[in-house]
Amino acid sequence: MSISEYFNLLWTDYTLRTITLGTAVLGAICGMLGSFAVLRKQSLLGDAISHAALPGIAIAFLITGSKDTYILLLGALICGLIGTFWIRGITTKTHLKSDTALGLVLSLFFGFGMLLLTYIQKQPNANQAGLDKYLFGQAATLVESDVFIMIGVTGVCLIILLLFWKEFKIMLFDMDYTKTLGFNVRFIDSLITFFIVLAIVLGLQTVGVVLMSAMLLAPAAAARQWTNSLGTMVILAAIIGALAGIFGTAISATQNNLSTGPVIVLVAAVFVLFSFIFSPGRGILFREIRFRQNRNDLQLKKTLQFMYDIAKTHQNISHPHAIRILNNFQGFSKNSLRKMEEKEWITLKGQEWSLTNIGFEEAKNLYNQQLKDE
Amino acid sequence: MNEKLAISVDDLTVAYNYKPVLWDIDLEVPEGVLMAIVGPNGAGKSTLIKSILGIIKPIAGSISIFGKPYDKQRKLVAYVPQKGSVDWDFPTTALDVVLMGTYGSLGWIKRPGQKEKKAALEALEKVGMLSFKSRQISQLSGGQQQRIFLARALVQNASIYFMDEPFQGVDATTEIAIINILKELRKAGKTLVVVHHDLQTVPEYFDWVTFLNVKKIATGPVKDIFNDDNLTKTYGINYKVAVNK
Ligand SMILES: Nc1ncnc2c1ncn2[C@@H]1O[C@H](COP(=O)(O)OP(=O)(O)OP(=O)(O)O)[C@@H](O)[C@H]1O
Ligand SMILES: [Mg+2]
Repeated sequence: MSISEYFNLLWTDYTLRTITLGTAVLGAICGMLGSFAVLRKQSLLGDAISHAALPGIAIAFLITGSKDTYILLLGALICGLIGTFWIRGITTKTHLKSDTALGLVLSLFFGFGMLLLTYIQKQPNANQAGLDKYLFGQAATLVESDVFIMIGVTGVCLIILLLFWKEFKIMLFDMDYTKTLGFNVRFIDSLITFFIVLAIVLGLQTVGVVLMSAMLLAPAAAARQWTNSLGTMVILAAIIGALAGIFGTAISATQNNLSTGPVIVLVAAVFVLFSFIFSPGRGILFREIRFRQNRNDLQLKKTLQFMYDIAKTHQNISHPHAIRILNNFQGFSKNSLRKMEEKEWITLKGQEWSLTNIGFEEAKNLYNQQLKDE
Repeated sequence: MNEKLAISVDDLTVAYNYKPVLWDIDLEVPEGVLMAIVGPNGAGKSTLIKSILGIIKPIAGSISIFGKPYDKQRKLVAYVPQKGSVDWDFPTTALDVVLMGTYGSLGWIKRPGQKEKKAALEALEKVGMLSFKSRQISQLSGGQQQRIFLARALVQNASIYFMDEPFQGVDATTEIAIINILKELRKAGKTLVVVHHDLQTVPEYFDWVTFLNVKKIATGPVKDIFNDDNLTKTYGINYKVAVNK
């Protein structure tokens, strides 16, 4: 099946449509919330929470004996929240840095989760297989009701975001200042964190414990490259997340059923790579181009300055001078003379140049301009 | 002197770990003064301001603003944090940061409207940053960022201003611009508490001073207490001799 066949099938094939919609919505909510995690410099938070959720799945299975997705994910949610409280507790009650706390909780919970999984696997019970799908996720198991829940959570999350937009923004930028204004930052913070945990738990079935944090971070990191406005960043991250979900699912479905979660994450990573290179404001490519342009521009202006100093010794500023006298000035070339003529700073005649009025004014303003830019 | 006390701090003790950073501080600041807090690095100047503003919970002590607890007087107080305390790469504009100064009076959920925007633009104008209003904040120089923080506090339209090193890293022109704004505020009857590092300019800029080094060394009018004795007690060296070297 080729990609275009796949997109045709999308209109007729119920299962494909469900899975694609599910991964798209998941990508969108992760992108939205991931923006907040990235801006709080808590990139590891998602990783810690998703790993912390693993023992929850195992314990939920051990207690209920059921493999029902919702029961297992409820276990994951509870365990993820406990992990978050521990992280919060460790950072406020001890002198450990937050990344240390995150790392601790991550490895502790994940280790415990793996231990439980191996224990479950050793049980003489035919029912136990398949829990390990939560490690890397299995998008194919998504059903319509899962997607409805995702859409519901995304909707509620969107309403909360719109409602508390101003509070989220100010807290992300300046926590201490927000406190002095009388806002309850614990409440705002808990609200964001709760939705991050919820989004992660929703993603476990599709993307899995190990790669979930990439779902959260990659769209946000890519979006940050393209904009300097928080609102645009959040919207863009949601769009990039959704696109990663859609194309990831398409690619995995058409290429011998490659595992969906990792492919989605790879597509998101391609978005990040592309953004880091090609974004006009912060991308590596345009920064290099701008740097060269600036350098060339400065070179021209330096030459102009030199000409100005010569020209202003004459009554008539447009008095022609030999090109030869520029020879002992660094940075001058035939090419730069031509460019200056294009800008109408000078006119060239034979082996002589003369400054125009425009060029004279430009040179005179060079210093003033620098002052103005300050 | 004005009878009314703007700020009164009683037996304030603060510790981050086991070691106290502020020890048993009593401080009374009369209304309408322009006060400098001076002391060496790590003396607890920022901590003192943060404790008064409720950002840090003290181990002991009480604080009142115009005779009432801080919680009830929030709207009378504005804060200019140390510039380095935030990430200036945050995706937002200068105007947007200044608008944040209006969030406190707006309260929860309500968004800033035309009135708030007008106030923010006026504050930008006052600090000479109006032409930078749409500039992404990471593309501002250090001195310009400092002015943006000042403008954000100005829109709060408070009675007491706490400023943590507003002159840090600014050039002479900006320093003069800022001190003129502070003096104007004092003329309008506001109280200003400013953490300041340049001892040379204290007598010129301020009329009140507090010496701090974990303990409060002295507090009072500059002309009475800004002397070698207190400087030596605070900085632990004979200040004048050290400077003259
Ligand atoms: N978050 C913190 N956790 C632990 N210790 C802290 C913390 N913040 C400050 N300290 C310590 O408290 C003491 C006082 O710090 P504070 O920032 O109040 O000093 P300061 O007088 O403002 O210094 P500076 O002139 O360098 O700004 C210092 O010894 C500092 O190391
Ligand atoms: Mg300080």
